[in-house]
Amino acid sequence: MKITVKLFASFRDGRFKVEERDTPAGTVCRQVVLELGLKEEELGVVMVNGRHAPLEQELQDGDSLALFPLVGGG
Amino acid sequence: MDKIFRVNMTNLTTRVETVPAAWAGHGGRGLTSTIVAAEVPADCHPLGLNNKLVFAPGLLSGTAAANSGRMSCGAKSPLTGTIKESNAGGTSAQMFARMGIKALIIEGLPADDKWYNLHLTKDGVTINEETALVGKGNFAVIDAVSERLGKKVGVITIGPAGEMKMASANISVKDPDSKIRSHGRGGLGAVMGSKKIKYISMDDAGAPGVTIADPEKFKTAARIFAKALLDHPVSGQGLPTYGTNVLVNVLNEAGGLPTKNFRYGQFAGADKISGETMHDTIVERGGKPKHGCHAGCIIQCSQVYMDKAGNYLTSGFEYETIWGLGADCCIDNLDDIALADHHMDDIGIDSIETAVMMGVAMEGGVLPFGDGKGVIRLIKDEIGKGTPLGRILGGGAAHVGKTFGVTRVPVVKGQGIPAYDPRSVKGIGITYATSTMGADHTAGYTIATNILGVGGSVDPLKKDGQVELSRNLQIATAAVDSTGMCIFVAFPALDIPECLPALIDMINARFGISLSGDDVTNLGKHILKLERAFNIGAGFTNMHDRLPEFFSEPVPPHNAVWDFTGEEIDEFWNF
Repeated sequence: MKITVKLFASFRDGRFKVEERDTPAGTVCRQVVLELGLKEEELGVVMVNGRHAPLEQELQDGDSLALFPLVGGG
Repeated sequence: MDKIFRVNMTNLTTRVETVPAAWAGHGGRGLTSTIVAAEVPADCHPLGLNNKLVFAPGLLSGTAAANSGRMSCGAKSPLTGTIKESNAGGTSAQMFARMGIKALIIEGLPADDKWYNLHLTKDGVTINEETALVGKGNFAVIDAVSERLGKKVGVITIGPAGEMKMASANISVKDPDSKIRSHGRGGLGAVMGSKKIKYISMDDAGAPGVTIADPEKFKTAARIFAKALLDHPVSGQGLPTYGTNVLVNVLNEAGGLPTKNFRYGQFAGADKISGETMHDTIVERGGKPKHGCHAGCIIQCSQVYMDKAGNYLTSGFEYETIWGLGADCCIDNLDDIALADHHMDDIGIDSIETAVMMGVAMEGGVLPFGDGKGVIRLIKDEIGKGTPLGRILGGGAAHVGKTFGVTRVPVVKGQGIPAYDPRSVKGIGITYATSTMGADHTAGYTIATNILGVGGSVDPLKKDGQVELSRNLQIATAAVDSTGMCIFVAFPALDIPECLPALIDMINARFGISLSGDDVTNLGKHILKLERAFNIGAGFTNMHDRLPEFFSEPVPPHNAVWDFTGEEIDEFWNF
């Protein structure tokens, strides 16, 4: 299945902004995070299709996974 | 010993007073609101004889505590009609504190048509007639005053918008680089303009400095506090690298980035105006990606943004400004937004109110959505020059909505709603609705918990827990705003257990007292209730704690609606 992965802030360093990836059915968010060489403790916000999601969430074909380090502002 | 400096512009006299016992435990917002509530009739005209303009540094300003250099300014607001506190960085808070000025109270109105400046030293205030700088922009005022009195003097000034008493006029403060930080919200520049004060200069030569009751205890707590600020990923890494503007992409992804005057929750041009793009542009052009708004700031979320030729364009270039002119007005050119920010700083108008107003003006057909050059022209040539159209625009979003018959007007109590859609980030909607200041994201920053995963997590699309969250954060914020601390200390304070106790320990060591966590919470509650009582006296009821009707329309991509009942919102005040 195809998913879109979007990376933000420091996660883009040495990686990419947006990438479409082929992943096997049943892939959960955590697997993508680990494949990208990101550590769980570095994660701030994980969103699937614009909604906050746990790392255990199973991705569906066409999903968009957004990963942010812990950031803030305001 | 701390003193109150009082200036009466009606008879052009000044006084140095001892601090009344009832005010001794207050600083920053707690003190400005206490003084306004005690001395300003709630039903007065904000630009009339009876309003007062109050400046107060925080309880920890002037000490070595990291990030303690915020200055509070308070009055009855010409924009909202409510009590108002607006705080800013710059050099003035530390200088006030070192000179022992607990508050500066400016009252009355001059009988003649002359303009004045005030000059503060440790010994008192002098009032001087001002002619040369009347009509000048803020950058010229700061340069000229520094030339007259020396580079080290502090300056608080208004631009042409304040002189013209526009309801969105701000008050600017000289920063450590002789550029500008602003008391942005609520039109306090118009109050200063009504009192015919163009600028306030200050010279802290020979000032006694701040006395610390228990220096060792203070040092230990200050070290723990600073470490927490640097250890937390938001205050230690994210903010200094990308600035507050890192939020564009986060809110866009969450569907909470108000776009085209709050019609959509996502903007196609978001990445072009994002913090990531801004960081790369600043580095490429030789600007500064990190910069402190006041001495002693270790977060350094500010920056210096250069134009294509490598010349200074703006600094303190914040998410809310970039969101407002960017997504909300559909302008995807960061250089246009930066130039607009420069002119807003110079003219002296709130960049949030002006950006929200421009979205409403676009809705009303004044100019097309996406017209960056048009926005720059309106700011510079209409608002800056006080043309009839400029005066309408300078009145703020609600004013422009009425003038052009627009119903999609994002304001609460007359103040423009900032950069987070309350339908898809429901917690911030409660803060907008109930804040004593009119719509204000900083009053109780529920974005931390709704979106960023700081201080726990509450689903932004659901109502559950939002009223309680906003209440807790507004109480805590009222207390933090009294310390002189930058609001971003809230990020480590929410996540790192040692942070908040260290902040309280610093206050205790500074004054030789023994406040507990409960005392601090009670202080926050007291301030909110005091401010609300003022607003009730000014004619506000719970019916003013409501969001505009158009928020019942679904906002894509989540098609979320604002679905709190009035009774649910009113629960906020149940403490």
